[in-house]
Amino acid sequence: MDAATLELRNVSKQYPGAAAPAIADLSLEVEAGEICVLVGPSGCGKTTAMRLINRMIELTGGEILLDGTSVHSRKPSELRRDIGYAIQQIGLFPHQTIAQNIATVPKLLGWDKARCTNRVEELMELIGLPQEMAERFPAQLSGGQRQRVGVARALAADPPLMLMDEPFGAVDPINRERLQNEFLRLQAQVRKTIVFVTHDIDEAIKMGDRIAVLKEGGVLAQFATPAELLMAPADDFVEDFVGADRALKRLALERVRDIELWPARMVQVGDPNVKARELAAQSPTGHVLLVDEGSRPLAWLNERDLSFDKVGPHKGRVASVEVDDLLRDALSDLLQDQVLYGVAVDAEGRVAGILSVEIIAQFLGDQGPGHIEEAAAAADRIA
Amino acid sequence: MILGALDQFQDGLRFLFESRDSVAGGVQVGGSELLPLLGEHMKVTLYGTVLATLLAVPLAIFLAHTGRGAFAASSVANVGRAVPSIAVVLFFSAYLGFGVTNLVFGLTLLAIPPIFTNTFVGIRQVDTDVVDAARGQGLSGLQIVTKVELPLSLPLIFGGIRTSFVNVVATATLGPLVGVVTLGDPILSPGVYGAAGQLGTAILIAVIAVAGELVFAGIQRAATPKGIRRSDPGRARRLGRRAQLRASSV
Repeated sequence: MDAATLELRNVSKQYPGAAAPAIADLSLEVEAGEICVLVGPSGCGKTTAMRLINRMIELTGGEILLDGTSVHSRKPSELRRDIGYAIQQIGLFPHQTIAQNIATVPKLLGWDKARCTNRVEELMELIGLPQEMAERFPAQLSGGQRQRVGVARALAADPPLMLMDEPFGAVDPINRERLQNEFLRLQAQVRKTIVFVTHDIDEAIKMGDRIAVLKEGGVLAQFATPAELLMAPADDFVEDFVGADRALKRLALERVRDIELWPARMVQVGDPNVKARELAAQSPTGHVLLVDEGSRPLAWLNERDLSFDKVGPHKGRVASVEVDDLLRDALSDLLQDQVLYGVAVDAEGRVAGILSVEIIAQFLGDQGPGHIEEAAAAADRIA
Repeated sequence: MILGALDQFQDGLRFLFESRDSVAGGVQVGGSELLPLLGEHMKVTLYGTVLATLLAVPLAIFLAHTGRGAFAASSVANVGRAVPSIAVVLFFSAYLGFGVTNLVFGLTLLAIPPIFTNTFVGIRQVDTDVVDAARGQGLSGLQIVTKVELPLSLPLIFGGIRTSFVNVVATATLGPLVGVVTLGDPILSPGVYGAAGQLGTAILIAVIAVAGELVFAGIQRAATPKGIRRSDPGRARRLGRRAQLRASSV
C-alpha cells in the first residue's frame, strides 16, 4: 500500500474533570512518505496526540484525516489494522512465536497461510534477523532483536501510516543508534508516512523530516524541518528545548560533501617547484598538498620544502576527514588533531578538497545571524 | 503402641480391598461395596467443580477484562476463605432440602472463590503493554480475550481449578449429613463401618485428593503456552498463591 497523507485539524482532547485540555487546538499536516516527529518534555501530550490518530484515545474536538477520510468514519479495530503501531515496551505476545507475532495483522485481515508465511520471511529479511529465529519465542531474543520484531509486526500488512512511540527508548545508546540507522535505511525502502514520538531532541533531529515541538497542554510550539528548527527557533521554549548547542546539532544534519570545500592545490613528486610555489601562493592555507599517483594525500609542503627545482619525496602527517562524515564529526576530528584545516577524502582515499574550521563557521554564519553572535560570544568567553 | 497403630492402618487398608460384615452384622461393607459410595463421591465432586468453573471463569474474565469488579474479586476471595464449608452445606440444606442438589450447590459455592480469584488475577496480570499492543494492532475486545489474555492466564486458571478440586473432594465427605451417601459415610458412621472403615476411607479420600492434585498439575503444565513455560514446576503454583494473596489485598 502507498503512503497516506495525514492531517490533524484543530484537534483537542479534554479529559472529563481535568481543568486544562491535554491537547489544545493541534493542527498538523504530514505529507505522504514523511517522518513527522512529535517531540516535547514529558506531559506535553505527544503520546496522547499520537494515540488520537488510531483512536486508542478518542478526541473531543477537531478532526483527523487519513488520506482525506476522517478516522471516525471507521470502526476502531479495522482502522488500526491499517495503521502500523510500535511502542517502546514493544508488547510482543509472549506465548506466540516471532512468526506468529509478525503475522498478527495479516491474520486479522484474513490472509491465507502461504501469503502470511511469505510476508514473515520477507520481513525477517528486511529487519536483518535469520529465518530460523521465526520459530523462537520473544523471551529467547535480545532487547534489540525484540525491538526489530516490533517494527516488523507494525509493518506486516504494509500499512500506509505507522505510529511509533519511542520505539528505541528502551535500548542502550549503542544499539539505539544502530536501530535508528537501520530504521532510516528501512524507511528509505518502504517510504511510509510515520508519526514518531520521542522526548529526545537529538533523536527527533536525526529521524524527522519534520518536527512538531509540543509544549505543556499539547500546544504546538513549532512545526518545522530540523534545519529550520535549529536555525530559527520560534520562541524561548523551543530555543531552550533544542539546547544551547544547536549550532553543533545543525552540523549533525550535514555531511562534508554537502558544503563547498576549498579546492586542493596538489603536486606530485617530480613536479617543478616553480609551479608548486605558484600553487602555494594561491592556496588559502599557503601550502600545497603532496599526493601520490592515486591522488591520495602524503604531506603538506610549504615554501621551505619547495626550495629545490623539483618536488622531492616528503613524509608528513595529514589530518583527513571523509566526505561521508557528518560535519559535526569532521569538526571534532579537526579539533582533536589540533589543526585548522584537513583534507577531505572520498571512500577510495582520493582528495576531494580541503575542509577548514573557517568553512564550517561560514556555513553556520550563512544560516542566520544568531549563530555568528553566539559563536562570537563563545569565542569571547574562551578568550 | 506403634505396632498397634500399624495394625490399625493395615486393617484400614484391608477394608478398602475386602468386604466384611458391618459392626452390627447382617450387611456387607468395605471392598467392592464401597464402589457406589466412590461413584457418588466423584459425581458430586465433578458436578461441583465443573459448575463452579463454568460460572466463575466467564464472570471473572468479563470483570477483569473490562477492569471492573476488583472489589468484588477480593470480597469473593475473602468470604470464600472465611466461611467454613460445613456451614455452607448445612445452611443451604435448610432451603434446598436434602439431596444431591443441595450438596452440589454447597460444593459449587465452595469451589467458586479460588477459581474466580485465580482467573481474575490471571487476566489482570497480563502485561498491560501486551494488551495495549494487541489493541493497537487492531484486535477486537473479544479477540484480545481469546488470543491474548486467556492463553496467558491458563496456568493460573487451572491452578484455581486444582485448588478447588482438592477442596471439593475433601468436603464431599460431608454428603451423608445432607442425605447423600458419599465416601463420607464410613467416616461419619463408625458405628456401622467400624474403626477400620473410618480409617481406610479417610486414606482413600486422601489418595484421591493427592491424585487429583497431580493430574491437575499435569494439566496446568500442559496448558501453559510454550513461550512462557519455565522448567521450574513450582513456579505456577507459587504464582497462584501469590495471586490469591494479591487478590485479598486489593
